[in-house]
Amino acid sequence: MMRYAKLGGAALVAIVVPGCASAPGDERSAAEAAAALHASFRPAGQVGLERLDQDDTQRACSAASGKPPPREVAAKIEAANLATVRYPADGKLIGDWKNGEKIAQDGRGKQFSDDPAGPVGGNCYACHQLAKSELAFGTIGPSLYRYLERRGNTVETQRYTFAKIYNSEAFAACSNMPRFGYKGILSEQQIKDVAALLLDPASPVNQ
Amino acid sequence: MTGVRSLGVVLALAIAPAALAQSSTADEIAKYRAALQDGNPAELWEIRGEGLWKAPRGPKQVSLERCDLGLGPGVVKGAYARLPRYFADADRVQDLESRLVWCMVTLQGFTPAEARKNPFGNGSAARSDLEALTAYVASEAKGVKMDVPLDHPRELAAYRVGEKLFYYRGGTHDFACATCHGEEGKRIRLQDLPDLATAEGARAAYTTWPAYRVSQGELRTFEWRLYDCFRQQRFPELVFGSDAAIALTVFLARNANGAPFSAPGIKR
Repeated sequence: MMRYAKLGGAALVAIVVPGCASAPGDERSAAEAAAALHASFRPAGQVGLERLDQDDTQRACSAASGKPPPREVAAKIEAANLATVRYPADGKLIGDWKNGEKIAQDGRGKQFSDDPAGPVGGNCYACHQLAKSELAFGTIGPSLYRYLERRGNTVETQRYTFAKIYNSEAFAACSNMPRFGYKGILSEQQIKDVAALLLDPASPVNQ
Repeated sequence: MTGVRSLGVVLALAIAPAALAQSSTADEIAKYRAALQDGNPAELWEIRGEGLWKAPRGPKQVSLERCDLGLGPGVVKGAYARLPRYFADADRVQDLESRLVWCMVTLQGFTPAEARKNPFGNGSAARSDLEALTAYVASEAKGVKMDVPLDHPRELAAYRVGEKLFYYRGGTHDFACATCHGEEGKRIRLQDLPDLATAEGARAAYTTWPAYRVSQGELRTFEWRLYDCFRQQRFPELVFGSDAAIALTVFLARNANGAPFSAPGIKR
């Protein structure tokens, strides 16, 4: 959390929403909404009220009201988030796909009803098709079945895949996908394992 | 109570996803819901709620039959389809649940804490009077067209705040309501997701709450639906009857205007 706060301040402070041509009434609604939110929740379990405080990316994407942000805003969001990606110091980007599959299946973590001691999953199947044998997959994100075949097994693909899981907003501003590394949801090793689920030729995703 | 809960378990097993081909799952669930409409366990909550509405209760030992849900004191028929709305006596926009709390406090003499006790039930250990009362009042609006007003400035303000909250991203996962409910034809795992920013999606979703949740063996209200969505959004705990809960309800209920109300429904 400390690390996140520091990165947030340094890397994301530059995003502004230029000429957000909203009516005064709209700005008032946004201010009222923020006030209503802070008066309407209470801390529970591991979740404090600071979860309601937006960083610059969240603020800019909320203002876009579900539509893609203006191109210059999108470019700033992506650049600021790309700057947050911390690649593994050991240079190894690919972990264990078997553990990656477990992380992809697991939707626990960070809810006030969850054990703060973990485990924390990525819940990838909630939104993506991955292994063909898993029929209960969601469709908010694209299918990732046969990811390796589609992306090619190159170092660039490995770096992109690690970074995409680490901070999805680096490549698609206002994506629906959580920023698993940047927000401290998954550990570096867990991200490597999920990357392996996508990129290991032995992974069921690539069968 | 035990009977209802074990019924829920049996029904849940009967639609185990593995038994169904993926493409037909939604159809099968729709058929299963239709088959259950004749014997929706929500009726147990409706009956208990009607009893609570009519019984003299609280320190003042009066019933809720003088409670004004917006159509005049004691008028229950159709009231749910016109809520939330602004109430001058409370000087607040209220949904049904917060209006019930208001009446329990002002008419019956309960303390606010007593009136809000167990907003969401947990089996026979903690039955919820508010869920039962909500089920009863909602059942009296079955077939009535949704007609939520935005005439009062406070109603309009609540709608606009609700719309902002719908798109408000926060928490560890950057989730807003719109993350899952802002696009047509999407699913989480096998669960179909309505696009709640459209009239079509809001109508289909809002008019079926409160609902009997088979997987929980409980009747759940719309406030519960919001509470549990925010939990999954990784937000803190939504306060029952809070401004955010009511603003979002105004936004979604108003978007459903024109559709016949059809709850209490039944859901997985």
